[in-house]
Amino acid sequence: MYDVVIIGAGVTGCAVARELSRYDLKICVVERAEDVCCGTSKANSAIIHAGYDAVPGSLKAKLNVEGNEMMDDLVRDLDFPFRRNGSLVVMFEGDDRAKLEELLERGIKNGVKELRIIEKEELHRMEPNLADDAVAALYAPTAGIVCPFNMTIAFAENAYANGVEFKLNTEVKDIKKQADCYEIEAVKHEAFEPEEAVAIKTKTVVNAAGAYSDLIHNMVSADKHTIKPRRGCYFLLDKSAGSFVDKTIFTLPNEMGKGILTAPTVHGNLLVGPDAADVDLRDGVNTTAWELDKVRASACRNLKNPPLKSVITSFAGIRAHEENGDFIIEECPDAEYFFDCAGIESPGLSASPAIGKMMAEMVAKKLSAAKKDNFIATRKGILNPNKLSLEERNELIRKNPAYGNIICRCEMITEGEIIDAIKRPLGARSLDGVKRRTRAGMGRCQAGFCSPRTMEIISRECGIPLYKVTKSGGSSALIPNETLNDKYVIE
Amino acid sequence: MNNYSERDLIIIGGGPAGLAAAISAYDTFKAAGIETPSILVLERDKVLGGILNQCIHNGFGLHTFKEELTGPEYAGRFIDRLKERNIEYLLETMVMDITKDREVTAMNRKQGMFTIKAKAIVLAMGCRERSRGALNIPGYRPAGIYSAGTAQRLVNIEGFMPGREVVILGSGDIGLIMARRMTLEGAKVKVVAELMPYSGGLKRNIVQCLNDFDIPLKLSHTVVDIKGKERVESVTIAQVDDKLKPIPGTEEEYTCDTLLLSCGLIPENELSNGAGIGMNPVTNGPKVNESMETDVPGIFACGNVLHVHDLVDYVSEEAGNAGAHAAMYCLNGDKAAAGDIINVTTANGVRYTVPTVIRPDMMGDALTIRFRVGNVYKNCYVDVFFDDERIIHRKRPVVAPGEMESVVIKKEMLEGKKIKELNIRLDLNEG
Repeated sequence: MYDVVIIGAGVTGCAVARELSRYDLKICVVERAEDVCCGTSKANSAIIHAGYDAVPGSLKAKLNVEGNEMMDDLVRDLDFPFRRNGSLVVMFEGDDRAKLEELLERGIKNGVKELRIIEKEELHRMEPNLADDAVAALYAPTAGIVCPFNMTIAFAENAYANGVEFKLNTEVKDIKKQADCYEIEAVKHEAFEPEEAVAIKTKTVVNAAGAYSDLIHNMVSADKHTIKPRRGCYFLLDKSAGSFVDKTIFTLPNEMGKGILTAPTVHGNLLVGPDAADVDLRDGVNTTAWELDKVRASACRNLKNPPLKSVITSFAGIRAHEENGDFIIEECPDAEYFFDCAGIESPGLSASPAIGKMMAEMVAKKLSAAKKDNFIATRKGILNPNKLSLEERNELIRKNPAYGNIICRCEMITEGEIIDAIKRPLGARSLDGVKRRTRAGMGRCQAGFCSPRTMEIISRECGIPLYKVTKSGGSSALIPNETLNDKYVIE
Repeated sequence: MNNYSERDLIIIGGGPAGLAAAISAYDTFKAAGIETPSILVLERDKVLGGILNQCIHNGFGLHTFKEELTGPEYAGRFIDRLKERNIEYLLETMVMDITKDREVTAMNRKQGMFTIKAKAIVLAMGCRERSRGALNIPGYRPAGIYSAGTAQRLVNIEGFMPGREVVILGSGDIGLIMARRMTLEGAKVKVVAELMPYSGGLKRNIVQCLNDFDIPLKLSHTVVDIKGKERVESVTIAQVDDKLKPIPGTEEEYTCDTLLLSCGLIPENELSNGAGIGMNPVTNGPKVNESMETDVPGIFACGNVLHVHDLVDYVSEEAGNAGAHAAMYCLNGDKAAAGDIINVTTANGVRYTVPTVIRPDMMGDALTIRFRVGNVYKNCYVDVFFDDERIIHRKRPVVAPGEMESVVIKKEMLEGKKIKELNIRLDLNEG
C-alpha cells in the first residue's frame, strides 16, 4: 500500500511528487501517457508570470508570486533553462488606461516587486518592434521564461531519485473508498502490449489530473467539479526571429484570458499565441485555421511586421479552466484523505513550485509524516556540450565519441545527448520524449532529417525493433505495418 | 593522422554539388601545375553522394552521361572520380560554423571540434524540405506525417514502409516519385493534392509516376484538416480560390494513415548567414557572380544550397564551374575585383536568375544563366536585353515554374560593349 498516489505527471503532479519526496513516505505517480509532461504542461506559453494578474487574495495570486520567487533556487538545484526576461502589458491608443493602473495596483497588493508603468518613449526604446501606437505598459522585471518540459522532467527525475515510483501508460478508471484506504482501478496500456487491469491501494490520493481533474474528483465526491477545456493555438518561429522581442509582450487581459502574447523562448525561438476557444474534448489539441488566423491577426496588430514567414510549427494546448475561476487546492470536503490540485490553468506553470510545496505540506501533515534526512535536493540535466569550453568539449568527445556525432542538424544535438535522454532515470521512450528532453527534432526542419536516425538510436538503446519506436507511445507507431516490415527487422 | 588546421580549398558537403566542385577544382589545380592539390570535402553523412543515395529511381545523368542512371549510380561515378584523384574527405563531420575570414569549424567523433583555415570555400550543403509546421496546416499532430524525402529515406535506405494508405500534399518531384515508390511497395496512394493550379514537378514525373498508376492529381487543392490523435486517421482536402484560400463546401475527407508532404525545398543557408553572406530573397540562396562566388570573397556556392534544381546534371555542371573558380581564386587571389560589372536583372514572368552579377573579365567563353518563371506560359519568347538592346529572342512552346530554364551568353556577345544591365524577361505578346 502506498502512502500517497499522485494522479497526473504534469508539472503540478511532478512538483507535488518532488516536494512530498522530502518526507518519509511511499509515493507513486500514476500517468496515463507514456511520459511525464504530456498534457497541458507541454503546450503552453512557457511563461513564469510575475503575478499581477490574479485577483488579490486568490490562490492564483498567492501561489504565482510565491512560485516565481522560488524559481532561482529551483533552477540552481534542478538545472533547467529559465531566464527572467521581464514582461510588458502593453496598452495601445484607445485602450483604457485605468485598466493598466488597476493591474499595477493588483500587482502591488499581490506582492509583486519592481512593478511600474513605463511611458511611450521608454517602451519603444525597450521594444522597438512594438506597433507605433503602443502608448504605455506595465513593466514587470521579475517575469520569466522557462522550458516547461525540462522543468517538469526535472521535478520528476528528482522525485524519482528520492524514491517516488512512476507508473506511466496507466489510466485511472475509478477510485473506490475502502475502510482504511482508497483503491484505484486503472488500466495499463503499453504500446504493443495487451491492456492490463491494475489495482493500486493508497492511504491518500492527490488529484493533479489537469484537464481531467474534474473526472477524477467526481469519482469520490458528491460536490461535482466541472472543467471546461479551453484551447489555445500557438505559432513557434525560427531562431532567426528569436530576438524580435526581448520581453514577454502581453496586451490588456479580457474575460477569456490574458490575450495573445509574443515572447522569446528560453531556447531562442519566438512564440506567438494563444487564442482561447472553448472546446468539447479534453485532448482536443488540434489547431484550426480560424484560430491560427486570429493569432496571426493579433501579432500583426501589436507588432511591426512580425516575421510570421519564419513559423516553423504551430501547436495547441488545453487549459483546465474550472468554473469558479480559482485554483482548488484542498482536501476534498466530503472525501477525507483525497486532495485536489484542480483548475490549474494559467498561472499554473508559474505557481507549480508553490502548489507542490503547499500540497506536500497538507498531505504530510495529514499523514503525520516526518522529513527524511537523506533527501537529495539536486539533479543534473542533460549535459549541454555548447556550455563547455572547446577543451572540455574535446575531452568529452575523446571519452565518449557520441558527443562528436551531430544527429539533429538544426539544433546541433549530438548522439551523446540523445543517449543520455534515453538512458537516464525516467528516460525518453519515444521520438517526442527525446525531443522534449534534448530539442532533437524541434528545429526548423521539424525532424525531417533526424527522425530516422533518432528512431535508430531509440531502437538500439531500448532494445526494441524499429517498428516499435513510437512518436508518443500508444498507437503512434512511426512505421505501422508490423507484418509488412517484420522481414526487415534486425532484432 | 592528418593535421586539420589548413587547406587551400574546403568544400562543405559531399553530395552531387560538392563532389563535382571538388573534382573540377582538383583538375584546375593540376592544370596549373600543382602536384598535390590541398582540397578537403566535409560530409555530415556516413557516405558520400548526399540525397542521391536514396533516389534509387532512374533518370539521372541523361545530360552528363547520355544514359539513364539511378541516383546511387550517378553519385558513384563522381565518387570514383574523387577517389581516383585521392581527394581528401571526412565523413560524419558536421560543419558548425564558417566565418567571413574562411575559418571552418567542424566536429566529428574522431577529431572532436576543430577549426580549419581555408583560402577558399565552396558551399554545397543542399536543401531541406518545407515542413508541415512551416505550411501552417491545421489539425492534430499524430505520427504518420512525413516529408516525402524522409519517407523516401525510410523506404529506400532503412527498408521500412512508413504507411499503407497515403495522401500526398504537393506535386514537387520527390512527392511524385514517392507516389510511385509507395505504390510499388504495396501502399495505396489515394490522391496527390497541389495548392497551385499547376504542378511543381517535371512533366515526365507526372506522366510516369501518377498517370501510369492512375493516381489522381488535384490541382488548386490543399489540406485543411488532419485527424487522428496518435496516428493519422484521415486527411481532409479542399479546393482553393485564386487567392489560395480554401473554398468552404469543397472539403473531401480521405481515410488514410499517412500524409506525405512535398511542398518545396529550402536551401540550407544557416552557415552562409552566419558568415554574413548576402542572400537572394527569391531563391533563399546566396547571391553569386559568374564564378559562383558569393559577395564574401573566396566563398563560392553551388547546387541546391544556391538555388533548388530539378536535374542533378545541372547541379554537376554548375558545381564544376564553382569548383574551378574556387581553385583559380586559391591560385590567383581576387584579381578581378576592380573590373567591369554587369547586373543581371529580371522582369515579366522571370522570378530570378543565377548568377545575378557578371564580371566580363572573369567569364569563360560562354556562361549559362539559369532562371525560373513564375507561372505556366505557352507560346512565349525568352528575351535577353543588353541595356535597351534585345540580343536573344527565343521561342518556347511552354515554360513552367517546375522546369528550370537557361540562356547561354557567349563572351563574344559582350565584346566591345559597355553594358550595365542584362535583363531576362518573357515576351508573352507574340505567337
